[in-house]
Amino acid sequence: MSKRRVVVTGLGVVSPNGMNVSEFKKSIQSGKSGVQFIDKLKQLNFSCQIAGYPVYNKDYLNNYFTQIQLKGLNATGMEYGVVSGMDAWRDAGLTINKTDTPNWDHGVIFGTGILGVDKFREAIYKVDQGNVRRLGSNSVTQTMASGISAFLGGILGCGNIVTTNSSACSTGTEAILMSYDRISSGKAEIILAGSTSDSGPYVWGGFDAMRILPYKYNDNPTAASRPMSASAKGFVPGSGAGALVIESLESAQKRGASIYAEILGGHVNSGGQRNGGSMTAPNSEAVQHCITKAIENSGINATQIDAINGHLTATGKDTAEIQNWCEALQRNGDDFPYINSLKSMVGHCLAASGSIESVATVLQLKENFVFGNINCEDLHPDIAAMISRNKVPAKTISFSSNIIAKASFGFGDVNACVIFKKYN
Amino acid sequence: MLVLSLKNITSYLELLVPEFMTKEELLSKLKNIITPYVQNQEGLNSLNENTDFIKDLEINSANLVDVVLDVEDEFDIEIDNESMEKMLTVKASLEIIESKLSAK
Repeated sequence: MSKRRVVVTGLGVVSPNGMNVSEFKKSIQSGKSGVQFIDKLKQLNFSCQIAGYPVYNKDYLNNYFTQIQLKGLNATGMEYGVVSGMDAWRDAGLTINKTDTPNWDHGVIFGTGILGVDKFREAIYKVDQGNVRRLGSNSVTQTMASGISAFLGGILGCGNIVTTNSSACSTGTEAILMSYDRISSGKAEIILAGSTSDSGPYVWGGFDAMRILPYKYNDNPTAASRPMSASAKGFVPGSGAGALVIESLESAQKRGASIYAEILGGHVNSGGQRNGGSMTAPNSEAVQHCITKAIENSGINATQIDAINGHLTATGKDTAEIQNWCEALQRNGDDFPYINSLKSMVGHCLAASGSIESVATVLQLKENFVFGNINCEDLHPDIAAMISRNKVPAKTISFSSNIIAKASFGFGDVNACVIFKKYN
Repeated sequence: MLVLSLKNITSYLELLVPEFMTKEELLSKLKNIITPYVQNQEGLNSLNENTDFIKDLEINSANLVDVVLDVEDEFDIEIDNESMEKMLTVKASLEIIESKLSAK
């Protein structure tokens, strides 16, 4: 059976620099940072006392959760995931299934690294005090990794796959590709794909301990996240969620849905923690293999890629990433595609990064722009030696891309690359 | 009472000893700390002041923070971020450990 065409028909986002798609679009076009100083982190003796996290009034959640669902809710990842997921669903023109029959063709693949850490902390204190009976009914559902897909699947009434994937910082991009595979092979018609990541000291602490976060920008937070810059000093932790409604072209046309973009294909792989790869560092050969395979699976050739939304976290690995793109695409200098990193504005949203960045990628295709990289006036000389300065726009430019590649790489030496195309 | 005072003497000695530690003793302690993280045994066998943790010993860069924590435990010192970033070679590590010990 030949592969079916797959498109994106809905978007939702809860980002440090925008609580919905239109706010987010405005922010990324104008280079607005969502990175802030957090006094709590200072009190807790963090070296890096800044982060990107979504800011909203708790009342906002009344639009998405019932009063009973909100009772005892203490899982930021759940809040971000549900808000972005339901926004994407509505944006696609879909409604909540109000019948008694689940919709067998609708599914949810919504990933996370860890869910409900604050709820888990609450539970640990109660258990240690011998007060396990006080945990109530929602401790499990807010802390199980699949709590987010279960919540969304239940609200929407989905009867196809409802699962949570987890592959560190490649989680979001992987969720999109898992959805693509399932729809292109005819096993589902519509899947809400996305990922979410909790906020707070318990999520970010481990990274602070690894000394991979910048600690000299506590008084200048918006300048801290510097992907591809010569003065990059580590990634700024972030949080949030992104969601995309992935649908068969057939179904989208039948519904008369408006289409944001087409997904041509992609690839996920692992470097096996061999040949330079480790628990925390990527095997460059595997990164290149992932990109090459993604291009091959998409039935295009490397010269057709107009822009890249990179992983590019603002660590010493940015240079290696650019080199891997150059090798995989066999393009460099002026011939290299435009490249950008959303992390310059929102930080590294960990498990949520791939989905939030994919929302940004799809918006660029649909609205004909390439967002600018902030904090990269001083492009790293090793990068400048490989690609032309004008391929790393500092300010947003008008540009009609036909094809954009988006890649994410994660701890455990895992990679994911998806190829989006303008729908026409 | 006797047990208590013996304990007191031991901890008093432990406090004193680091100040009188010779370079050889420091190096030997550092070697014990890094050994579990070393992936290049040859580099460890020829360990000297100029040995680079990543290049010569192939210690995973992510493990460098664990080396620093083990150093903090062994010598009962605290190593700040700036010092930590410099602890990439045996020489730099010994200098930092010595300066932290003398500041105690």
